[in-house]
Order: sequence, then C-alpha cells, then structure tokens
Amino acid sequence: MTLWETLLDPFGYQFFVKGMGAAVLAGALCGLIGVYITLRGMSYIGHGLSHAIFGGYAAAPLLGVPIVLGAGVWGLASALAINAIARSRRIGADAAIGVVTTASFALGVALLTRFGTKGPAFDALLFGSINGVADSDLFLLAGALVFAAGVFTVLYRAFLFSTFDPEVADVSGVPVKRMDALLMLVLSVSILATLKIIGVTLVAATLVIPAVIARMLTDSFSRMLWISTGIGATAGAIGMYLSFQLEIPSGTTIVLVDATVFLVVLAVTGGRALRRAGGLDDHTDVAATPTPLVGTAR
Amino acid sequence: MTSTAGALVTVTGASFGYDRSPVLLDVDYAVQPGEFTGIVGPSGSGKTSLLKLLLGTVRPQRGRVDRQPGVAVSYVPQLETVNWNFPVTVAECVLMSRSTRRLLPWATPTERAEVGEVLERLGIADLSRRHIRELSGGQQQRMFIARALLRRPQLLLMDEPTSGVDIGTRHEVLHLLDDLNREGLAIVLTTHDLNGMAAHLPHLVALQKRVIAAGPPAEVIVPDVLERTFGARMEVLHHLGMPVVVDTGEPVRLRPVAG
Repeated sequence: MTLWETLLDPFGYQFFVKGMGAAVLAGALCGLIGVYITLRGMSYIGHGLSHAIFGGYAAAPLLGVPIVLGAGVWGLASALAINAIARSRRIGADAAIGVVTTASFALGVALLTRFGTKGPAFDALLFGSINGVADSDLFLLAGALVFAAGVFTVLYRAFLFSTFDPEVADVSGVPVKRMDALLMLVLSVSILATLKIIGVTLVAATLVIPAVIARMLTDSFSRMLWISTGIGATAGAIGMYLSFQLEIPSGTTIVLVDATVFLVVLAVTGGRALRRAGGLDDHTDVAATPTPLVGTAR
Repeated sequence: MTSTAGALVTVTGASFGYDRSPVLLDVDYAVQPGEFTGIVGPSGSGKTSLLKLLLGTVRPQRGRVDRQPGVAVSYVPQLETVNWNFPVTVAECVLMSRSTRRLLPWATPTERAEVGEVLERLGIADLSRRHIRELSGGQQQRMFIARALLRRPQLLLMDEPTSGVDIGTRHEVLHLLDDLNREGLAIVLTTHDLNGMAAHLPHLVALQKRVIAAGPPAEVIVPDVLERTFGARMEVLHHLGMPVVVDTGEPVRLRPVAG
C-alpha cells in the first residue's frame, strides 16, 4: 500500500465518512456560535450547559424518553434554573451555573454508573467518539447549523447591536431580552447536537478557541464569523482524521488541533494579536483619564 | 414643578428604587423641546435613574412618565461602559442604529450615504473605516452621537458624557453639543462635574433623590443648593461671569430623605 493509499484508507469506511461529516458540521457550528459566546463573556455558560445536558443524556433512556428530546428539555430546564437562581441575586450567575450544572453532571454520572446506558457510551459522552454516528446525528447537526446560520443572518444587525451595547440596543428598539433567549436556545441546540462528537468536557473549548483565534486575526465582526466557522470546521476535519489514525477520542483531537492553530497564530502574529483578543469581553475605557471635579480651597 | 405644556417627556411625582432603597422620590420634571439641561448630583443621587425614567427603560414605582406621541429619543452611554476592543469599525458602529429597520446584514446605498453624511457632519468622516479602539475620547463621543443622530431624534439623553475625559475632549464635546442644541435638538445629560460641565450649560437640575433646585447655573450653583445636593460645604466664586465651585473641605451631613 502506498503512502497516498494509506492516507486515504479511512475514507473507505462509511462510519469514518459519516464521522468526518459530523465533525466538520460540529466544528463549524461551535465556531459560529462561539463568536457570540466569547464576545458576550458567556464562555462559562457553554461549559456549564454541556455538563447539564449530560444529566439529561443519562436520565432520558431510563425514563423511556428519546435521548435528544430528554437531553434537550433537561438542558433548557437547567438554563431556566440558572436564570432563576441568578435573578434572585442571592448568589451570582457564575455560582448558579456552578451549582446547577455540576449537580446535573453528577446525577448523570451516578445514573450511568448505576444503570448503564442505552445511548452513547459513558466515555464517548465525555470525550466524543468517531463511532456510531448515525444518519439522524448528521441530520440533527445539519439542521442545527442551518438554524444557527439562518438566525444569525436574518438577525445579524440586532445580534451585533445587542452583543456590543445591549443597553443602547434596548433603547433603540432591539428586543434584547428576546435576542438573549434566542441565543440560549441556539446554544442549547448546538451543544445537544455536537455532544456525541466532541464530548461534554470539551465542547466549551470548541466554542471558545476558534473565536479567540478569529479575533486575533481580524478587527471585523463579519470576518470573525467566517474565520471562526472555518477554523472550527477545519479543526473538526483534521481532528476526526487524527482520531481515527491515533485511536484517540475525537473531541480530544479536535480540541488539540484548535489549540495547535492558536499557538501557531500566536507565534506568527505575536503579542499584538493577543492584546486584540485579550479584552474580548471587557467593558472598560483604557484611554480614559480621570479629571478633578471641583477646585479645593487652600 | 416645571411647566409641562408641549413637553417632550414629563415626569410627574415619580418615585423609583431598587430592593426597597429609594433612589428617586416624588420627582417632577418636564423636558421641553430645544432645551439643554444638565442633571447634577453626586454618585447615588439618582441621576442615571432619572435618565432611565426619561428613556423608558425603567418604570416609576409611584407617579408617572408621559412621552409625547411620536417623539424620537436617542441615548449615548458612558464611554467607560463600552468594550472598545469589540471588532467593529466606526461606520459599522454608527449603522447599528438601523438594526430594527432592515434584517439583512449588508448596508443599502441609502444607508451608506446616511452614515457618511452624519459622520461628515460630526467631522469624523475620514475615520469611518477605523477600528473603534483607534479613536480618541472626543472621537469616541462623536461616533456615539453620530449613531444617536442617525435615528433623527428630538431628544438626546447622555450619561456623563465627559466622565473620565481630558480637558480638551471636554471642550470639544461641549461645543459639539452646543452646536446640536442650536439646531433645535433637546439635550439632557447627567454630570457630577460642576466647573467643567455644569457651569457651561444653560439649565440645570440639582438632584439628591429629590429635585433640590432647577434653573440657570446662577440659581443652582449656589452654596445652599450645593450643600443640600452634595453634602459638602462649597464656596462659589465668579470668574468672567461664570460660577466657579471651590470645595472648602468641610463635610456636612445630608438631611435624611423621608421615604
């Protein structure tokens, strides 16, 4: 077998081709939505929701509910619980995410350990897997990507304004609360669709790293969307290929490819690009200089 | 109580607070067409809350706020609250005002012309393709005013427009606002900068949860009103016909405000 044949060998297996398609779609989806998540400072919510949905994945088969439906409802309920606890102002939003999502994750681990699973294997859910990608998974991923791309295209201006300056957007007639709710819905659907490929523990990285790299490479919001989506899709493809060749979980290889691209871009562009991405969700004016208010009598 | 006839926005007996702590108590205030008013007071005096009542982003817990039907109101936030590293150019930022009129991402030729026109009017047309991080404080303020003007408002509300900017920028912003006001735009801004900002405005409202005084600077920037508003004794000198506030360094206790 020649080197070329060896390299192309995986494409002879249908399960690999399906896995590759799923990884590209998952990477593109996470890269696209990651732009909004990182610019809004919501990276921790992505991390938390993926852990919360894990509980739903474990519980749904035991309750006789389809996994996608059960995990989806579970994730949405977790998001609402986080919102309710955070709104009570007794504890902060970050603590609310920590409590709800880790409890849900722990419940998922307990249920899977005690009762096993009729769905994806335990370690596949945690770290992603190339195996067992069904047509239905591909349809779910493609549907989620079309849904997200449609929402972000049609409501491009409203999402841009409410991400940059929610207070003024609200005053200017943009329904900011509805936009936030819609973004949470897109995020939940995206995490649900990608969990099998990328895994609970690594979804957050695929949301954040491509968007951060894109921010390092451009000062344009629209270009950032394209670059982040492209990096996500490419990392998905390369990661899935490496997963097959090295027999390592696909989520792990996809994230390692993302991280490698980050390091390469950092090495090439230097500190200037990192500074650009450094204040990704800052809301401070670095150029401002304080001025005295009134004169003081001597 | 100020006259409400023909007012753009009228606040009548409005009270507002957070978690049972009163921020505004029984406030009466009417914004007249073409007026230029500074709301002055220390931190926590309710300036921003009054601005939010005028904007309609919060509702009074008692009293009412009435807006003249069809009146367009624009808002300029504090520079400090904005992420200046956000990946947008000046033109893209100004175009955000059109977020509710068109769904698709790209700008129409008409929109591009409108943005160019308003940037030209504010003297920053040559900066339209620059990233917002590359602007000076005065240019940042001009960009936000351009974004606000694109909505063709009758009333412009600004939260601390000169907070944290240097003297040159403060003068630049003040002159720009004066020009816009002369063209008929009503402007209401908040400020705690008495000498640099408030003394230059034609009309002031001194706020300490309640309206302590309202009128021209000569009537508001006086020791008694300042003491009741800021809780500190201040002397007021006059230089070239303008009041200059001097902090005597003597603290006084504010009278408790009855809820």
